[in-house]
Amino acid sequence: MSLSSLIMIIISMVFINNFILSKFLGMCPFIGVSRETKPAVSMGIAVTFVMGCSSVITWLLYRYILIPFNVTYLRTITFILVIAAFVQLVEMIIRKFSITLYRALGIYLPLITTNCAILGVTILNTNEFFKDSATLPGSFILSFTQSIFAGVGFTLALLLMSAIRERLEFVDVPESMKGIPIAFIVAALMSLAFMGFGGFKF
Amino acid sequence: MEFLLPVIVLSLLGLGFGLGLALASKKLCVQEDPRLTQIMKALPGANCGACGKPGCIGFAEELIQGAVSISACVATEEEEKAEISKVLGVEVGETVKTVAVLHCNGGKKVKDRFVYKGVKTCAASNLVMGGQKACAYGCLGFGDCVLACPFGAMEMGEEGLPKVIEGKCKACGKCVSACPKNLFSLNRQDKPYYTNCVSKDLGKQVMSVCKVGCIACRKCQRSCPHQAIEIKNNLAVFDYAKCQNSGECLKVCPTKAIAKRG
Repeated sequence: MSLSSLIMIIISMVFINNFILSKFLGMCPFIGVSRETKPAVSMGIAVTFVMGCSSVITWLLYRYILIPFNVTYLRTITFILVIAAFVQLVEMIIRKFSITLYRALGIYLPLITTNCAILGVTILNTNEFFKDSATLPGSFILSFTQSIFAGVGFTLALLLMSAIRERLEFVDVPESMKGIPIAFIVAALMSLAFMGFGGFKF
Repeated sequence: MEFLLPVIVLSLLGLGFGLGLALASKKLCVQEDPRLTQIMKALPGANCGACGKPGCIGFAEELIQGAVSISACVATEEEEKAEISKVLGVEVGETVKTVAVLHCNGGKKVKDRFVYKGVKTCAASNLVMGGQKACAYGCLGFGDCVLACPFGAMEMGEEGLPKVIEGKCKACGKCVSACPKNLFSLNRQDKPYYTNCVSKDLGKQVMSVCKVGCIACRKCQRSCPHQAIEIKNNLAVFDYAKCQNSGECLKVCPTKAIAKRG
């Protein structure tokens, strides 16, 4: 592990392999929560937080339970279990210590459980930083960084989309294209722009 | 043995997480007042902000603490208010019902000064020399008020003027603050007569741009048996404390700038 590989991961996760715009994971909040900037950003921060924490837990589980017992094929189901339980715990903690934040996040918090981007990043971590059931050097730090910046990329995409959609409200869009249809077109154009970071492959 | 291993691993993991969550929920349990949900059910839940509290839930919390009275909420119906007072065990005070009223009858009757091709909201149009209408005071007709209404009590009429659906209006005052021309006011529901114009121009100037504006002819002022109308700044202004709903003003007004709701 070196500093350059960390920087590589950061740039890759935020821009080149942006979870929403290049990997097409977590599309439901991207369309559903991007109508206004404020909830979009709080959703992004919540997702980033859950991504970071669940990557730590799943890494530990994978390394010390699934690999020693030789049951790595249970990866998906255990990871879902971890994420669901963890989101429940976060919900309880937030509710206990900040009722205002709990109300502000509202439905988004339980929605994170079913967000495929979270599962996606944990699976990606185990794919990239484990080889033949052995950890690669710096695997833990790298997977944590990858998860956090995948969340940052997610937040960035949500922020950009919500800013565009806020302006779209005032634009004279044809009647049949109003709302979701024009949002899909915008998403496609943004995705095309982000593909440019990776270079087109034919 | 081979097939038992995943079963055991998963069951133990599930048990571990389950126990952890159960423990956490005991430790982190939040005691919520059961009255809160009951009150929330009776409140409209539109978070209109007319009471000045952070949403309906903030209002409900202060209700339980006794910091505010139910009458501070203008959006709740009488039946629901009675229900809330039953939950809280306090009496409801009588409130004067109000309703949003638009004070402009121009709309399509007023010509445009120029062709406006900008962003289609009143707020944006108002920034361009006070909007495209020939009357500097009148309704611009893009319906910012319709968008602002949280109760769906406003719709754009064919005249190019928004219409208030009185059955749905809760008098939250969102339209009053949304209108860049300040054309809305909250009037008492039992006083149906109002001035359907806000133009402070001289009568001659009003006539040149709008056939239905107030020209300050003072006929209404003279006809009113209770002296409830006064001409201030070339505009008929009601004093609803004196108005007895005689309706004389409506009969004498030459431009129909005095109107009756409903």
